[in-house]
Amino acid sequence: MNIPYTVEERPDSGLANGKLGIWLFLASEVMLFGALFSTYIILRTGATEWPHGELSVPLGALNTVLLISSSVTMVMAWAMLKLHNWGRHRLYLLATFALAGIFLVNKYFEYSDHLARGEGPSHSTFLAIYFTLTGLHGLHIVGGMVVMAYLLGPGAKLWKQNPDQFTNRIEYTGLYWHFVDLVWIFLFPVLYLL
Amino acid sequence: MHSDPAGVRASLRKYVMIGAALLVFTVITVAANRLHLAVPFAITVALIIAVTKGSMVAAVFMHLSNEKKWIYGALLLTAIFFAVLMSVPFFTIMDSIGTPQPAIGVGEHPAGH
Repeated sequence: MNIPYTVEERPDSGLANGKLGIWLFLASEVMLFGALFSTYIILRTGATEWPHGELSVPLGALNTVLLISSSVTMVMAWAMLKLHNWGRHRLYLLATFALAGIFLVNKYFEYSDHLARGEGPSHSTFLAIYFTLTGLHGLHIVGGMVVMAYLLGPGAKLWKQNPDQFTNRIEYTGLYWHFVDLVWIFLFPVLYLL
Repeated sequence: MHSDPAGVRASLRKYVMIGAALLVFTVITVAANRLHLAVPFAITVALIIAVTKGSMVAAVFMHLSNEKKWIYGALLLTAIFFAVLMSVPFFTIMDSIGTPQPAIGVGEHPAGH
């Protein structure tokens, strides 16, 4: 049985189902991270003192550069499919996957450095919200990498069967990935600089 | 959103330029932090830059500058609920339940009595 409106647009909304679905999912994600940002504001305004310079700004800035670069490679991976350039698409998607991997390696070094000094989430209010926010964001990175690995591996077969549907899947993955980048754009100054 | 090959080809340069602009804004954010500005001013500058960067990602990479009205509608609702969520901390500041009241001395009466 064919699922309707995976490629063609619905007459009522003018959208394929997947497109509306991913945007509604991202709307729920805005509320999830919004709740945590709101918690951060309450904790910070209620604190008598707030630490400065506890986190490595160069590492945080490097991770920002990595995620911004991965957003560029992700949108290029989609654009290459639209131009029917399969080889370039694979290259850009692989680059996005690799940049995400380097981001996680950096995060591992940051976490292990804190934990080695006994600075776990229970050490202070700042570290509790830091580990919560960056941990949840890190899980989103892992989730994106799992989807990209599928699209690089077994999921790539769809390109030969239904190129338009595969292109849509890359577009939806890209929308999710840009959102993950967008969240980090706010996390970096809030946690590392202010 | 440009879905035709010609439109997509024309957008390639734009994607790279926006990526470069985002990297420049990141450098500006870090540089502004090194100036050790007063906290309220530093927060304002950092958030203005973050909002600018976020808008660029949403408008260009997520193609929100040219989307269907259903998506704009869903995002408008999200923005309203997000604004309510962000206003929650202000309610905690206004909340006076549990705040100790100033002690009233012997023989004194509250004003108006």
